[in-house]
Amino acid sequence: MSDPLFEYLCRLGDNTLVLGHRVSEWCGVAPVLEEDIALANVALDLIGQTQLWLGLAGEVEGDGRDADRLAFHRDVWDFRNVLLVEQPNGDFGQTMMRQFLFDTWHLSMLKALAGSSHEQIAAIAEKSVKEVTYHLERSTDTVIGLGDGTEESHDRMQKALDRLYPFVGEMFLSDDIDAAMVTQGIAPDPASLRKAFDAQLDAVLAEATLTKPADDFAHKGGKTGARHTEHLGHMLTQMQWLQRAYPDASW
Amino acid sequence: MYAQMIKSTGQGVKSLDEMEPQERAFQERIDAGGKIEPKDWMPDGYRKNLIRQIGQHAHSEIVGQLPEGNWITRAPTLERKAILLAKVQDEAGHGLYLYCAAETLGVTRDDLTRDLLSGKMKYSSIFNYPTLTWADMGAVGWLVDGAAIMNQVPLQRTSYGPYARAMVRICKEESFHQRQGFDIMMKMAKGTDAQRKMAQDALNRFWGPALMMFGPSDAESVHSAQSMAWKIKMNSNDELRQKFVDQTAPQAEYLGLTIPDETCKLNEETGHYDFAQPDWDEFFDVLKGNGPCNTERLEARNKAWDDGRWVREGLLAHAAKKRSAKMAAE
Repeated sequence: MSDPLFEYLCRLGDNTLVLGHRVSEWCGVAPVLEEDIALANVALDLIGQTQLWLGLAGEVEGDGRDADRLAFHRDVWDFRNVLLVEQPNGDFGQTMMRQFLFDTWHLSMLKALAGSSHEQIAAIAEKSVKEVTYHLERSTDTVIGLGDGTEESHDRMQKALDRLYPFVGEMFLSDDIDAAMVTQGIAPDPASLRKAFDAQLDAVLAEATLTKPADDFAHKGGKTGARHTEHLGHMLTQMQWLQRAYPDASW
Repeated sequence: MYAQMIKSTGQGVKSLDEMEPQERAFQERIDAGGKIEPKDWMPDGYRKNLIRQIGQHAHSEIVGQLPEGNWITRAPTLERKAILLAKVQDEAGHGLYLYCAAETLGVTRDDLTRDLLSGKMKYSSIFNYPTLTWADMGAVGWLVDGAAIMNQVPLQRTSYGPYARAMVRICKEESFHQRQGFDIMMKMAKGTDAQRKMAQDALNRFWGPALMMFGPSDAESVHSAQSMAWKIKMNSNDELRQKFVDQTAPQAEYLGLTIPDETCKLNEETGHYDFAQPDWDEFFDVLKGNGPCNTERLEARNKAWDDGRWVREGLLAHAAKKRSAKMAAE
């Protein structure tokens, strides 16, 4: 197994890389102009965070790979993002529900990482907390607004929640890499974040008049790289195409 | 230039003596370099003309997101992706301020959007051309934003206050856009053989359409004369086109790229570059809806609007519920 810290940083960086890419797919076709601008803001923040996380991962690895090398020259099995973020955009409701579920986890994770024993991780987390606080505020408002909007918007949001809820559990699974991070005081045990997440989720869903699915089944395999969904490969064919087609070029 | 072929009253420019006192005061204010503000009296033609011009400009920003948005998911580095996304986000922002400026003249953003989606109002012909390689992101920034700036810099001094102020902010961002485009071109032109080929191909495809952005010669046009008297058009199309070629030709040379026009050379006598007119038949075809991407662009805008209906309705319904709950509590 490679260095657990490298693996851990790839998890953080691949989450923001993949979600940032997904959100950027909305560019120019959002439901209103203000949403176009807001979605681009979120995507820009996530791409910026990716540069920092994957940049640090490359430094830790020490093999001369930088953030771009990691983003554009790894194949599906080397990606360490949770399955939730690679799910397709679907309609605007599915995109915003995915964002809300991820933001809620992301913000509590970043707040914990801001107290990391690893100085650079703490610094990146602190910067990201400011950005993600806004992401969560906005995705929460949108989930509430559309959940408690018209009958159609409510139904679409319920469908989005039902579709995505099976991907929530993976964010809180702990494995050996997480255990190594906990031992070194670098990161919290993801399982420890679940209770607060559930409380927040319940509160928002109540206001949004949405119902949490009864089944807690959780898909897994993203953050370990054991089994991604089919969607990630298609995303990479687009994202990595230029770099792969012209490997000797610099851009 | 994002507004093309804007028709004014077409009645020719009146002299000050021919005007009623109200209109004369209005024209004298413009002549003295003053600004017209939303609550001021203005001739109907001025208002209508501005709505068309600002609306077309706003629509161009909105549709203009599409050809560049086409490459965001394929940008070759994280930095290039972030820059391109920020640039396209700026275009959406420009659309927003321009719609706001148009709203001060008594139309709504929804009215203007409906006219764009039905094809009644136009957007700049340039956005009906496809972006086929990464070098096109360079060419669009360098040539298209470069051409737009030629027109927009003088519009900062236009007579209508809200339009002039929107333009000040837009110009700052556009010059950053042009620089990022040139930076991509430079990287490509100094890169591998394949990259140089892409850069040249992009220049070949965008040169003519960029020249067309200024519109056909308007030296004799009554519409232009009226717009210039009202200071909502500051220079003739030919003047701006010449300025653009004079600026761009040496840049192409610096990049080691060839402008696809054998006649494009510095004329020692005039001190300006000679150049051939673009294919105006093609320009009129594009305006009629027969450009390479007219269908896709309008389809994409219509789909975004239709797909977003439930979102807009949902959020409005929620806001109404909140308002009535608040009123019931008071």
